[in-house]
Amino acid sequence: MSSVKDNEMWRRGNREGSALFKKWFEGLDKAANEGQWGAYVFVMGSLAEILQNFDLPIVFPEITSLQTAVRHKAPELLNEAEDHGYSPDICGYVKADYAVQVRGGQHPQGRLPTPGFAVLTNACNTYLKWGEIWERILDTPLFTLDVPGTRSVGTQCWPGDEQFEREKRYVRIQLEEMIAQCEELTGKKFDMDKLHQTLTYSNRMSAAWKEIIELNKNNPAVFNAISDGTAYLGVNNVWRGTKEGAEYFERLLEEKQWMVDEGVGAHDNEKHRLAFIGVPCYPIFREFTELFTDWGGVFVTSTYMWFASGGNNLGFQYNLEDPLDSLAEVTLIHVRDSMDSMFHPEQIVYSCMDEFGIDGVVYHPIKSCRTTSTGMADNRRALMEETDLPSLFIESDMMDKRVVSVAQMKNRIDAFFEGMEMRKAARLQEATQ
Amino acid sequence: MIYTAGVDVGSTQTKAVIIDEDLNIVGRALIDTGADVVAAAETSFEYALKETDIDSDLIKYVIGTGYGRYKVTFGDDQVTEISCHGRGAVHMFPNTRTVLDMGGQDTKAISVSEQGEILDFCMNDKCAAGTGRFLGAASTALDIPLDNLGPTALEATRPVRISTTCTVFAESEILSWLGKGKKIEDILMGVHESISARSIGLLRRVGITEGVSFSGGVAKNLGMVHVLNEHMGLEMNVSDESHYMGALGAALFAMDRAKTAEVAA
Repeated sequence: MSSVKDNEMWRRGNREGSALFKKWFEGLDKAANEGQWGAYVFVMGSLAEILQNFDLPIVFPEITSLQTAVRHKAPELLNEAEDHGYSPDICGYVKADYAVQVRGGQHPQGRLPTPGFAVLTNACNTYLKWGEIWERILDTPLFTLDVPGTRSVGTQCWPGDEQFEREKRYVRIQLEEMIAQCEELTGKKFDMDKLHQTLTYSNRMSAAWKEIIELNKNNPAVFNAISDGTAYLGVNNVWRGTKEGAEYFERLLEEKQWMVDEGVGAHDNEKHRLAFIGVPCYPIFREFTELFTDWGGVFVTSTYMWFASGGNNLGFQYNLEDPLDSLAEVTLIHVRDSMDSMFHPEQIVYSCMDEFGIDGVVYHPIKSCRTTSTGMADNRRALMEETDLPSLFIESDMMDKRVVSVAQMKNRIDAFFEGMEMRKAARLQEATQ
Repeated sequence: MIYTAGVDVGSTQTKAVIIDEDLNIVGRALIDTGADVVAAAETSFEYALKETDIDSDLIKYVIGTGYGRYKVTFGDDQVTEISCHGRGAVHMFPNTRTVLDMGGQDTKAISVSEQGEILDFCMNDKCAAGTGRFLGAASTALDIPLDNLGPTALEATRPVRISTTCTVFAESEILSWLGKGKKIEDILMGVHESISARSIGLLRRVGITEGVSFSGGVAKNLGMVHVLNEHMGLEMNVSDESHYMGALGAALFAMDRAKTAEVAA
């Protein structure tokens, strides 16, 4: 008797995502070997839609760096950067990328084009310092987009509000400056019709991604927000605004809908539905997920899927009648939301804990990313005061295996699940008495 | 009558406890873990069994706990020491809401509910300062047996301040105080106060709720009990068998499972 896992649909998105990723790296390698330079951008505010207008190879150094950790190649790169004076305490992504750049772009998955232009946003303060490194060592021209962030919880303004419109104009003027800089660098003229097409693809991707995230409200969950979600995120960023990206996410949505219809979950033994706060532990990526899935713990959502999708989680649709104005509007909302997801993760948990049936929260502060990790301990305390959700606080790193202690991590994770199971058993006993 | 056992394989010592159906401890043993963790688990269990007059066949379920829990090869299952110390403490002292477990390499702060459920926990990871190892370093530097550290510290009149937070560097600091002619008891009290400050910092992260039970090997140290009580302004629950709390918790979990299995059969 055939199982659903024999069906072509089963994990199709993972296979296709992997193929698209390979294709992206191959494209970068080809461009580098042909002497082309690349536009370096970040997941929070990549402005890929504008850069595609100029046919530039787009490099996401956060993604190329994390890939070195997943492939266990990061230690030598981190050591090399540290030999050049970079501290063990700073962002591991920066250090791995720095080492790749001083090696002439030689990356474990192919050669990367040299940074001929970089777009930075203020969503992460390290982006700015990172850009300055390229500027210093490679004379890379930089464009910094300053996006007004939320001052405190509940103070966001929206389209139509005077403050929002003012901030949108501020972003739009910057986008116009960026377009002018791209025209000068490439010698090509900006094409509004092409932007229209790019935004159409982005709209399709964004709509499908939002629906996919929401399908995880189903029990069992149709994907693991860490092991699967991270793969989807990669495609979400590097194929943003493309035909391939739009088709990928529509097919992924089809797969997830099929899973819902078949009653199939991403994991066979789902017992605990968890929310993940922070960045995954890439040096032991698979093992990290298994420490949870061995207990039937499945991540049904994560703040990572919010802030690292560049805001695509919101499903906002570009107004194609006025593409540039709409790009400014959505960029403002997306980057602001990315920052809010990092700095106020508890708000995400509050907003989805009931609908997603979340029964535990995992905080994962990491040594080399203070942007995402600072304040997590206090945040967890606030969550514990507001809800009775059990939560776990485990520390490691996104890149540096030297500070990842699997045995210590396992001990805490095991204790977390033991506690959850005891609590669940006690609640069940109370309910049956 | 059925019996169950818990074997707590710690980094420094291995403890085994056997309980009866009425949840009374009928056998216990404590040995140094040493390099052969599997043998330590087996030997401690054998010693605990010898203290009883029961046949090993009557031990229906064994749970391993502690860092070497997977090395209890004759055990039926494993439970983390965090859960076991919580469970053991609530059993030994029903008013327990907070547990401080101070072992050879780990110090844990555990918050528990009235039913013994683990509500939150926190432990040292990157550094062994604030653990029994810190006392071990003092014992070596001052050439005083571990058992005498607490009583000697209690004789202090003008405790010194140990400023370092590193166990390794603390040894040098102790020697430097000796060089300055400070009394051994004053230096030792400084060591105890330093550990106490770090442990209370850990406890604050889970919240210090009245009903604090002290477990682990360091709970035998009267000097540490005194300093912690003084700094927290309360009287911790401590018993002569506090260092068996983890093994006791494991034996209690084992009894739950043995009874569940009995009902199912």
